[in-house]
Amino acid sequence: MTTPALPIYLDHAATTPCDPRVVEAMLPYFTTLYGNPGSRNHSFGWDAEHGVDTAREQVAALIGADEKEVVFTSGATESNNIAIRGAALMYEKNPAGSGKPRGHIITCIIEHKAVLDPCKRLQKEGFEVTFLEPPADGIVTADMVKNAMRDDTILVSIMWANNEIGTINQIREIGKLCHERGVVFHTDGTQWVGKMPTNVEADNIDLMSFSGHKIYGPKGVGGLFVRRRKPRIRLTSIVDGGGQERGFRSGTLNVTGIVGLGKACEIAKAQMADDAARLGVLRKHLEDSVTAQLDHCQINGHREKRLPHLTNISFGFVEGESLMMAVKEIACSSGSACTSASLEPSYVLKSIGVGDELAHSSLRLSLGRQTTREQVDYTVNAVVKAVRKLRELSPLYDMHNEGIDLSKVQWAHH
Amino acid sequence: MAYGPKIIEHYEKPRNVGNFGTTAEVKNRKDIGVGVVGAPECGDVMQLQIKVNQSTGVIEDAKFKCFGCGSAIASSSLATEWLKGKSLDQAAEIKNTQIVEELSLPPVKIHCSVLAEDAIRAALEDYKTKNGVASSAAATAH
Repeated sequence: MTTPALPIYLDHAATTPCDPRVVEAMLPYFTTLYGNPGSRNHSFGWDAEHGVDTAREQVAALIGADEKEVVFTSGATESNNIAIRGAALMYEKNPAGSGKPRGHIITCIIEHKAVLDPCKRLQKEGFEVTFLEPPADGIVTADMVKNAMRDDTILVSIMWANNEIGTINQIREIGKLCHERGVVFHTDGTQWVGKMPTNVEADNIDLMSFSGHKIYGPKGVGGLFVRRRKPRIRLTSIVDGGGQERGFRSGTLNVTGIVGLGKACEIAKAQMADDAARLGVLRKHLEDSVTAQLDHCQINGHREKRLPHLTNISFGFVEGESLMMAVKEIACSSGSACTSASLEPSYVLKSIGVGDELAHSSLRLSLGRQTTREQVDYTVNAVVKAVRKLRELSPLYDMHNEGIDLSKVQWAHH
Repeated sequence: MAYGPKIIEHYEKPRNVGNFGTTAEVKNRKDIGVGVVGAPECGDVMQLQIKVNQSTGVIEDAKFKCFGCGSAIASSSLATEWLKGKSLDQAAEIKNTQIVEELSLPPVKIHCSVLAEDAIRAALEDYKTKNGVASSAAATAH
């Protein structure tokens, strides 16, 4: 087997390399076409505006929207905040200070923090929030949302695909339900848009966040789809100023970033079907090879209803951070507490019932456009070797092999 | 996490990995003291075994196994090195702060050194209990 160049990048759910075609499209806007698109009375402004308009068309074409429905932001975190906070404040049932609940919001416990934290802030400010708890497969269904609906539900925010386990929620069905009930529907599409086919009409979406750097575009730029008709969605602005982006997001436009995002969307539209098919085969090869060589492995989340390029595997009896150290030439992520600032294992894995010890033992490997079969083979070998080495070191593996039931041991908690 | 060279070195070439027998076997051996601390759901379990020369009271050998992060593995590997050749009283004086210093553990990893100190104390206590020796230094609870 030929050794691929090291290190190997298998963390595409964290971020992706910028496509050279994207960089090329952006470059003139740094040095030559540097105008402010808000400058309406000279050619510098018009040129910049033209770049932004093209990007808006490219984004709209990718998601099946009208270009007037695309709002550019600094990224998906800002989009989520603008959408959730903006919709809650616009559609509240009772004003702040009235002493009555301001309105009910439904989201899910395994959302990204950029959704959970705005919802928690609204909760403190008098809104009521239901955090749905998906079952072990990690999928949020329309029935779960339906059962949580109340007369005062104003907003549902459910991510399209989960960033840690890649599971795909019933977005189209949840959107249909929301439209039937007259409830605003937001989805965080950060891991989905640009990877999988998206049509905001057919998928019944009112608000959708997405990001540039997850789809081979630049960092620091993203977008929010805001539906303009059937129904027209209004948002209370949370950043006030020059009224750019139809008042949804004031601030001089990040023209270079926006041009890059547009180009990335254009490329994604052309390539994503081929990418998804190829990466699905590679991912299956990775999972099959690892599980054929190692016992006590668990693939987390629904086996079919998940993104084709991502896998999250728990390796019993080894700890995730030490596993990542052992495969240091492979860039990936772990649900281990030791890789996070909080010292808590992944709340996503814990929420779907992955035991704490297996949550500590997980690796997230996410493949991308440049991932090769050689890289995957190298990774499989490295992971298998590392897990075997760490199991040699693991007192838990010994105990397990001695027939001791680890769940019945009285551990000295500290 | 960017680790210092000593942690990496211990992690990559851990010293004294192993045990002096299965859980059941070492339970009945009076010359072996066993300490198992931590919990799987906390992401750290350290198992430390000391083999004591029963006539001299000197720790002749020490072995460890560890489920945990790189710092936990390095801390327990270092502990086994330090334990060898020490008397029980000398061993009881090993402090977590010395481990922190030796390995240059980052602040978020100090609990790994605490766990190693706990494991040492637990192994000493186990040996003393098995041999009916009065505990000279009461184990500090963390």
